[in-house]
Formats: sequence, C-alpha cells, structure tokens
Amino acid sequence: MLANYFPILLFIVVGLGVGAVAVSVGKVLAPHKPYDDKLAPYECGFEAFEDSRMKFDVRYYLVAILFIIFDLEIAFLFPWAIVLDEIGAFGFWAMMGFLAVLVVGFIYEWKKGALEWE
Amino acid sequence: MTNLYLAIPLLCLSTALLTGLFGKRIGPRGAHCINIAGVAIALLLSLLVYADVRGGHSFNGAIYTWAVSGGVPLRIGFMIDQLSAMMMVVVTFVSLMVHIYTIGYLANDPGYQRFFCYIAMFTFAMLMLVMANNFLQLFFAWELVGLVSYLLIGFWYERESAIFANLKAFLMNRVGDFGFLLGIAAILYLFGSLDYAVVFAGAAISDVQNAVTGFGEWQWTTIICLLLFVGAMGKSAQIPLHGWLPDSMEGPTPISALIHAATMVTAGIFMVARMSPLFELSETALSVVLIVGASTAILMALVGLVQYDIKRVVAYSTLSQLGYMTAALGASAYQVAIFHLGTHAFFKALLFLAAGSVIISMHHEQDMRKMGGLRAIMPITYLTAAVGSFALAGIPPFSGFFSKDAVIEAVRHSRLWGAGYAYAMLLLGVFVTAFYSFRLLFMTFHGSSRAPEATRRRMHESPGVVVWPMVALAVPSLVVGVLFFEPMLNGSLFGDAIHIAPRHDVVAQWAVAYQGQSGVWLILAMVWHSLLSAPFWLAVAGIVFAWYCYCKNTALPSKLAAASGPIYPLLQNQYGFDWFYQNVFANPSVRLAGLLSARIDVGLVDGVLVNGVARLVGRCSAVVRTMQTGLTYHYAFAMIIGLFGLVTWIAWL
Amino acid sequence: MNFASLNAAAARAEIFLAVAACAILLLGVYGDQARRAARCYGLSLVALVIAALLNGLDFSAANGSAFNHMFIADPMAKLLKIAICVLSAAAFVYGRQYNRHRGIFESEYYVLGLFAVTGMLVMASANHLLTLYLGLELMSLCLYAMIAYYRDDRLATEAAMKYFVLGALASSMLLYGMSLLYGFTGSLQLSVISSVLTADAATAAQPQAAIALAVVFIVVALAFKLGVAPFHMWVPDVYHGAPTSTTAFLSAAPKIAAFAITMRLIVGGLNALPDIWQQMLILLALLSVAIGNIIAIAQRNLKRMLAYSTVAHMGFFLFGIASGNAPGYSAALFYVLIYALMGLGAFGVILMLARPEYEADQLADLKGLSKRNPWLAFLLLLLMLSMAGLPPTVGFFAKLAVIHALVQSGLLWVAVLAVLLAVIGAFYYLRVIKLVYFDQPPSADPATAAQTTTTITEGDIAVSPAAILLLSCNVLAIIALLPWIHYLIAICNEVIRRFAV
Repeated sequence: MLANYFPILLFIVVGLGVGAVAVSVGKVLAPHKPYDDKLAPYECGFEAFEDSRMKFDVRYYLVAILFIIFDLEIAFLFPWAIVLDEIGAFGFWAMMGFLAVLVVGFIYEWKKGALEWE
Repeated sequence: MTNLYLAIPLLCLSTALLTGLFGKRIGPRGAHCINIAGVAIALLLSLLVYADVRGGHSFNGAIYTWAVSGGVPLRIGFMIDQLSAMMMVVVTFVSLMVHIYTIGYLANDPGYQRFFCYIAMFTFAMLMLVMANNFLQLFFAWELVGLVSYLLIGFWYERESAIFANLKAFLMNRVGDFGFLLGIAAILYLFGSLDYAVVFAGAAISDVQNAVTGFGEWQWTTIICLLLFVGAMGKSAQIPLHGWLPDSMEGPTPISALIHAATMVTAGIFMVARMSPLFELSETALSVVLIVGASTAILMALVGLVQYDIKRVVAYSTLSQLGYMTAALGASAYQVAIFHLGTHAFFKALLFLAAGSVIISMHHEQDMRKMGGLRAIMPITYLTAAVGSFALAGIPPFSGFFSKDAVIEAVRHSRLWGAGYAYAMLLLGVFVTAFYSFRLLFMTFHGSSRAPEATRRRMHESPGVVVWPMVALAVPSLVVGVLFFEPMLNGSLFGDAIHIAPRHDVVAQWAVAYQGQSGVWLILAMVWHSLLSAPFWLAVAGIVFAWYCYCKNTALPSKLAAASGPIYPLLQNQYGFDWFYQNVFANPSVRLAGLLSARIDVGLVDGVLVNGVARLVGRCSAVVRTMQTGLTYHYAFAMIIGLFGLVTWIAWL
Repeated sequence: MNFASLNAAAARAEIFLAVAACAILLLGVYGDQARRAARCYGLSLVALVIAALLNGLDFSAANGSAFNHMFIADPMAKLLKIAICVLSAAAFVYGRQYNRHRGIFESEYYVLGLFAVTGMLVMASANHLLTLYLGLELMSLCLYAMIAYYRDDRLATEAAMKYFVLGALASSMLLYGMSLLYGFTGSLQLSVISSVLTADAATAAQPQAAIALAVVFIVVALAFKLGVAPFHMWVPDVYHGAPTSTTAFLSAAPKIAAFAITMRLIVGGLNALPDIWQQMLILLALLSVAIGNIIAIAQRNLKRMLAYSTVAHMGFFLFGIASGNAPGYSAALFYVLIYALMGLGAFGVILMLARPEYEADQLADLKGLSKRNPWLAFLLLLLMLSMAGLPPTVGFFAKLAVIHALVQSGLLWVAVLAVLLAVIGAFYYLRVIKLVYFDQPPSADPATAAQTTTTITEGDIAVSPAAILLLSCNVLAIIALLPWIHYLIAICNEVIRRFAV
C-alpha cells in the first residue's frame, strides 16, 4: 500500500537534492560582491523606501493575473494533450470552446490596453 | 338574454361612476345627458325583458362566482320572472322621470353632477335588488340602497336638519337590517344555501317546516320570516321603524319622489313578496305582518291629517299606503300588494312631483298655510295633482281605486288571526286618506292665496322639464289600474313567481264573485260592485268632509282640533315615537359611547395597548440596531455564532 | 461521449446568454468610443429578452435534463428564469440614467450583469452540487464587482469588500456542507443524494451526526445568500453602500436564484430529512421577520430600511418552505416572485427620484413627495401598501398564501407569530406613506437644489419616459394582477407539482 507512494517520496528527495545542489554550487563558485541595490528585497521596479504596506502599481496585478490565467490554461492543456486520442473529436472541440473563452478575454484585455506597460 | 339582463344594471352603474368620477370634466349638461340616456336605455331594455318574460321565458342562474367560502358559493345571479321584470320596469320608469324632473328642480345647484351620480347609483342598487337570485346579492343591494338613500337625504349637507335626518334614516334602517341579516344567517344555517331556488325547494319539505329551534317552541320558518320582516319594516318604514321617512323629506324633492314613493320603500314589500314560499309556511308571521301593516296604515294616515308641510303630508300618506301593501302581504295577497305598489309608485311619484312643482313656484316655501289659490296660476300642476289625489283616495276609474279595493277585499277574505282588526283599520283608513289628500289639494290650489305679496307676484307655472314628467306620470296613474286588474285577479300577472298556499288564497276566493267575466265587463262589474260597498262611500265622504272643512267652513278644523283634547297634540308629536327613541336609546347610547371613548379607547386601547406597544417596539429597535456595528469581523463573528448555535441545537436534538 | 448525449439544447438560454455576454464584452472595446456603452446597454437588454423567450417558448414541455443530469429544465426552472431575465432587464432600464450621472454607464457593467444573470440561470437549473456551486459563484463574483464598480464612492467599495469577505465565508461553509454530503452519500448528483438519504432514512431510526452537520452548514450558507437573520448583517450595508442601480438589480433576480437553490438543495436533495431542517428554517424565519421588521423602524435611510424589509420578507418566504408541504413551496415561490416585483419597484422609484449629486435615499427626502411628483408618490404608495401586505394588493395574497400553508401543515403558532410580526412591519411602510402624503415638503426641492449647485454638462437630467412607463407597469402590476391572482397561484401550484429532482 505504502509502496505506491514511493515514487512520490523519491520525487521529493530528488527535488530537494537538486535545489540544495544548485544553491550550494552557486554559493561556492559565484563571485560575492554585495551592494545596496543587490540586498534590497526587490531588484526591479522601484526602491523600497517605505514600509511594506504601500501602494503598488496596479499593473503588477494585471500582469500577475494574466500570468495565472494562462498558466492554468497550460496546466489544463497537458493532461488534455495526453489523452487526446482517447477522447476524440468531442474532447478536441470541448477544449476549443475553453480556449475560445480565454481568447475573448485576451482580446478584451489587449484592446483595453492592459498589456501596455506605459 | 343574459347579457341583456346584465346590461340593465351595469348601464346605470357605469353612468353613475362616470358622473361620480369625472363630474367636473363633463359638466352639468354632460351629466344629465349621460345619465338620462343610460336610464332610458335601461327602461327600454327592461320593457323588452318584461315582454320576453310575459312570453314565458323566465331565467334563474348565476352570472359570476365571487368566492366560495366553507362550501357555500357566493354568487352574483339573476332571477328574472314576472315579479322582478315588472319591478325592473317600475324602477327604471320612475327613475327616468326623476332624472328628467331633476334638470329643472336642481338647476344651478352646485351638487348637480353629484346628485345624478347618486340617483344613477340608486337605480343600479335597486335593479340589483329586484333581479337578485340569492340572499347575498339581495343583502348587498339592500345595503347599497340604504347607503345611497343616506347620501341623498343628506344631499344638502350644510343643513343641520338634513344631517340629522340622514343619520336617523341610516340608524333606523340599521336596526331593520340587523334583523334581516340574522334572518339570512338563519336561512343559511337551516338550508345550507343562499340561492332562492334551493331555499324555496328546501322549505317545501315538511321536516324543515316543522324544525323547532332550541329556545322555546318556535318553528324555524316563523323565526326566519319574522327576522326577514324586521328588515322589511326598516326599509318599508313600518311601525315602529317608520320615523325616518317623514324626516327624509330633507332631501331634494326628486328624491322624495324616487325613494319615498316608488322604489326604496317598496324594497321591503318586494322582498316579502319574493319570499312568499317562506311566509306561506308561517301563519304567525303572516298575522304579524297583517297587524303591523294595518296599524301603520291607520296610524300614519291620522298623523297626515295634522301636517302643514306639503311634502310631509305626502310622506305620511306614503307611510299609510305602505301599511296597506304590508297588510295585503299579511293576507297572502302578494300580487295585490305588488299591484298596489305599482299603482302607488305612479300616483305617489306624481303627487310628490306636483308638490315639488308647487315648492319651486313658491320659492321653496313648503307650508300649506301660506299657499292657496294656485289653481289659476298652475293649471297643469293642479290637474295632475288632482289626478294623483283621486287615485290616492281611491275613486274609480283611477288606478288607486282598483288596487286599494283589492287590498281591502283581500283582507276581508282573510281568515288569519287579526284579520278582522286589520279590515276595520283599513276601512277607517280609506276615509282618513281621502280626507287628508283632498285637504292638501284644497289648501294648496283652492281658495284665496295666503302667500306674501312679493312671492305672489313671481309665481308661475313650472318649466317643461318639471311639468312633462308629471303629465307622463298622470297617464299611468289613470290607466294602469284598469289594465292590470284582470291579470292580477286571475293570477296570471305573476305566474309562478309568487307562491300561495291554497288555504290562504284570498284573491281566488274574491275572484269567485266575478267568475266568468272578463275584459271591460269585469272592470264594469268591479266598479259597479264597489259603488255598493263601504270603501267607496267612505272615500266620497272623506272628500266631501275635506271640501266642507277647507272650502266651505274654514274655521271648523281649528275648532275640531281644540275640541279633541289630547288627541291633536298626540298626532302632532306622532305618538311620541321620536321622543321615546331619543330619550331611551339615543341619549343613553351617546353618553355610554362618550364614556367608553374617554376611558377605554383613549385611555386603555390608545394609551397602553397601541402607543405603549409602539413605544416598546421603538425601544427594542433602537437597542437591536446597535448590533449592526459596520465592522466586517463582527458580522463574520455573528455568522459563526449563528452556525455554532444551530450545530449545538441540532446536535442536542 | 458525444455532443448529442449532452442534450445541450435544454440549456440553450444559458449558452446563448454566455455567448452574448462574450460578444458584448468584445463589442465594448470596438467601434465609436462615445456610443459603445449605449450600444452594449441596448444589446444586453435584447439578450435578456431573448433568453427569457428561449425559456418561455417550451414552458409546458416535459422535464428535460442536460450534461448527464447535472442540469435540469423543469417548469420551475423556466418560470424562475423568465422572472430573472425580465426583472434584470427592468433593473437595467431603471438604472440607466442613474449610472450615466455617476460615470458608471459602461459596457463592462452590463457585461458583468449578464454574467451574473447567467450564473442565476445555472442556479435555477442546477441538479448537481458542482453546477449549483458554479452558478452561485459566477453570480456572486459578478455582483461583488458590480457593487465595487462605483470606484469613487467610499461606501460602495466598503460594501463590496464586506460582501466579498462574508460571501467567501458563506461559500466555504456551503462547500464544507457539500463535501460532507458527498462523503456520506458518495454522489454529487442531487437526485442520487436524495434517494440515498431516503433509503437510509427508511432503515435507520436516527440520521447520523455527520449528515446533520452537513445540513446545518448548507442551511447556514443558504441563509446567508438569502439574507436571513442572523446571517443578514451584510444586507443593510450592501444595499445601502451599493450604487442604487446595483441595489435594484441585487434586490430582485438574485433573490429568485437563491430561492431556486434553496428549493433544489432542501426540497430536492434533503427531502428525506425534514426533521432536521424544518425546525431550523422556522427559527431562522422567525428571527428574520422579527429582526428585519423591528430594526427597519429605526432607519432613516430609505435604502437601509428597504434592506431590513428584505430581511423580513425573506424570512416570510422561508415560512413557506419551512411548512414542508407542496402548498408551502408553492406559496414561497409565489411570495418570492411578488417580492422581487415589489423590491425592484421600490428601488426603481428611488432611481427615478435620484439626480446628479443627489441620491434621494433619505427618508426625509420623501417629505411632501406627493406635491412635487404625484405619480411617483402614488407608485410608492402602492408599493408600500403591497409590502405591508394590505389588501387589495398582491402583497396581501402572497402573505395569505404563506400563512395558509403554515396553518395547513399544523404550524398554527408560527402563523400567529408571523402575522403579529407583519403588523409591526406595517408601521414603517405606512410611515413612508405619511411622509409622502401628509408632510410638508422641504422649502427647497432637494432635487432641484442639487442641480443648481452642480454644473451639469449633459442635457438630459430628467429620466426617460420609457423608464417611467416600465416602472409604472411594474408597480401597477401589484394591483392589476389581482383579477388573475388565482390563475397565478394555480401556475405556481402546477410548477411545484412538476418540480423535478
């Protein structure tokens, strides 16, 4: 019974190992010359000169939300692609419908100017 | 045909609503045009219906089911037979006359449109009453008639006396209606239905007839009939519920003619005739009806002797004639009662309109002591009034002669308890009736004028719209008696609409005397016979005596009055009924009501119950609203608490 | 699996509305900048009317289902959907001018509205816990956004925030209840749940505690959505804070949708467990009628007062469901439809009175309205009489039907309490009439005063005659429906009779 979970355990161990190796190798091999900008919590956008409960530019949210939407779309596409030959035309068109809805949103967002940074 | 039946009352209702709601918009001219057109069409349709019914097509059915309560359907329905068809014709005809007459009588009155609205509504109510096929509709129409009558008597609502009179009429009718309603309730209890047909069919079963009530050994049929008759006493102004009718003369004269001659007061008579299958079952009730009717006939006629207000004389004569009709009902001569009702409607409306015409001419002076000698100035009014008076006194061949003689003959043949008393009273009444009606005629139109100089110079005959309805009423006052006597006598006038038990059928007993005669010969035989009998000679004697008192020896009446001792003041005070009601019922009631109002209503109900509860709720509200803090976490907390409470409760269950 | 087996035609109204909303969303970003909003507004109305027609066309057809019985089309669903579409369209019409004056007359507002309506339609037809939840969330999310749409208004954003947070809490409770139900019965399909529970009730004397817990959670979530005490706290704040056009929208169709899911869950799914939910519903309903009516008396803001009145009305309709028999469900259906009509009319009157910079939502604003605007005053009179439940309005018959159902199922004491509490409620409705008809108007008309203080560039201050006409029809229906009242009740009875699980 528990044996079924062994691949997962293995996956966790490997994942942790890869992460640990990458960080430690960087620590060991990379040059280390810290200065203020590098030590700031965020490296891009604007400087952290106030406390953290400050106003953010709404554009961050827009980008973040867009990212999540399309990320989820991809996450949905993978399993679909794997079983596509089993579910046939029905499955294909169902996904097309789903994509069409996303496209509608995407077009709207584009025309609204949500994708323009400036 | 059903649509036609429906159209007749609805025409009157729609013109009433139109005039009532848009009176200002359509103006006086529009008001009378619409209403007269409406009632005229209603009259034509009624005639059509009457012809159809005479042709043998009667109708009894529901038109609309309003509701069903406890298995008893509450319906609007019509029963169209010879009785109701004839009543429809009478109602619409008299109403039309009054409509036309009003144009002249109320010209320039600010309430002109309002008045037309009322009388059209009244016509509607009266039509619904006579056409009803169930007790509920009868009662509704009955009440509506009472309401409109209240409004009409108080038409000139600035007058203190008019307000008093309409209140009095309303209250007295309420007493009668209470009995009526109890009667209907008893019918519903006993028969389980409100439809005439069902009730009448049920009444024919002997078990039902002999059913005995719990309190004393009273038969249900007697109780029901007596209660219904209490309603009829109110509406038809029988002693002791008669007091409102003379006072109702405060209303405009067309109303006196419409309500107090032709329609409203006859509702009670009509109702009893309609209920003939019930009344036939109770000789006790019939005796009561007979005695009350005869007493009213004579007592009110006597009061009429001492009145000086021209309209009041006519009003008391109406009371007396209603007594005659009621007496006929009591003698089981329903068709005679309706026959007298019909002839009386014509000649009494005529007399009222004539009185009104005189009043217009005298510039709203109603005291006969200030009149006299109008014969020369108002010839048409005089002639028509004379026709009315002859008819009222019962002189052949005027219509009143036939119907009144029929009433007296019917009572003479009756074998009920009290019939002898009734017969004597009615005979005496004939003399008194003739006397007071000719007293009116002589005082008003004969002799020399006693009017002030200023009034006398401006006196003139009334305009056409006033005169023509009088002429139109004078003709039937002359002829309807002759026309309808024969069908009345042989029973074909109402056919199945009236039910008479064979042992009560006094008209049939009377008709035996004229066996084998018909047409003109029957009329001649009847007239010839009456010339040899007491009522005719009593009437002639009354007329002659009136002539002697008011044309020949004008000092005699006051001498008689002085010599009569307490009788004259007794008559003047109308036997003290008003005093009695005022001091025994009205004043103590007002005092009690005042007490209850101050202590119970204002103190307890308003103070503690109503305002106290309102204050309490208001305080609760102020406290509870503080829970609504506006903070989201409080709201969420409340939800969680609610959830927790419910879970706990359910877990415990 | 193929397309035919989906039987998507049964859901054609929802599909149509979703597609139409997408299309209108795109149309809102193309074409003439100035006319976009007006065009989208018009098209939204057309879409709603078509959706209503799509439901009305085969109204009396046999019950159908789609998507493997996740979606069901019975007469109740169709009737509710027609009402939802029509009332939402009316709410759009009433709010048009109001939105223009406040700068929220934009295509997105109406697209959000259309999606919300789509969600409600799905709720009306849901026969599966997932479908139900999907519809509920689609509606709720759109409503949060519609309230927050008036971004410049502090009250509106606060209201949206509260509604969102508390709504999320309620949704989580619903999900928890659903998951328990699923764990117990092994199905998300309401008909299966019902049959499992029925079979279980036949064998076991006492239902398990877990299932009772599930029922409580579900009832609590429904109570929140309906706005029934003590889960009503959001109602006054949201009704008050939201722009009045949104409040009008909120007060009508979502109540009908909430009724639908209550029927589906309680009567459709949990019909085997009346012992558990009946007592609970009676308690909630009593609390709701009492709290709603009592607190409404203390209000000075008309929108807030109407919000509390909603709480009371929702409690009243819950009596119908709590009576647990077919006449009760029918009465509840009738009540909720009539209430939606009245609530929409009341907010419609406020919308007609509102001007730029003037909300007309204080009770004091109504003083002497009969002299300034006799027609709207008369409409308000009718509405208040009907809400108070006085004859001869349909509001009376709605209350009567509910009371009748209560008496029929033997809950006499509840009926007596309900009537007494309704009497308390009559006070504040009649007070509105008193203000409108018997109080002196303020010296300066607040509406005109507001206009003079602000410079208005738009020429059309006055509301359009079409909106007034529609509102008049809406309100006059309260009286005009009377002759057909038995017919309407008969329809409700028939619909409940054919209510499908």
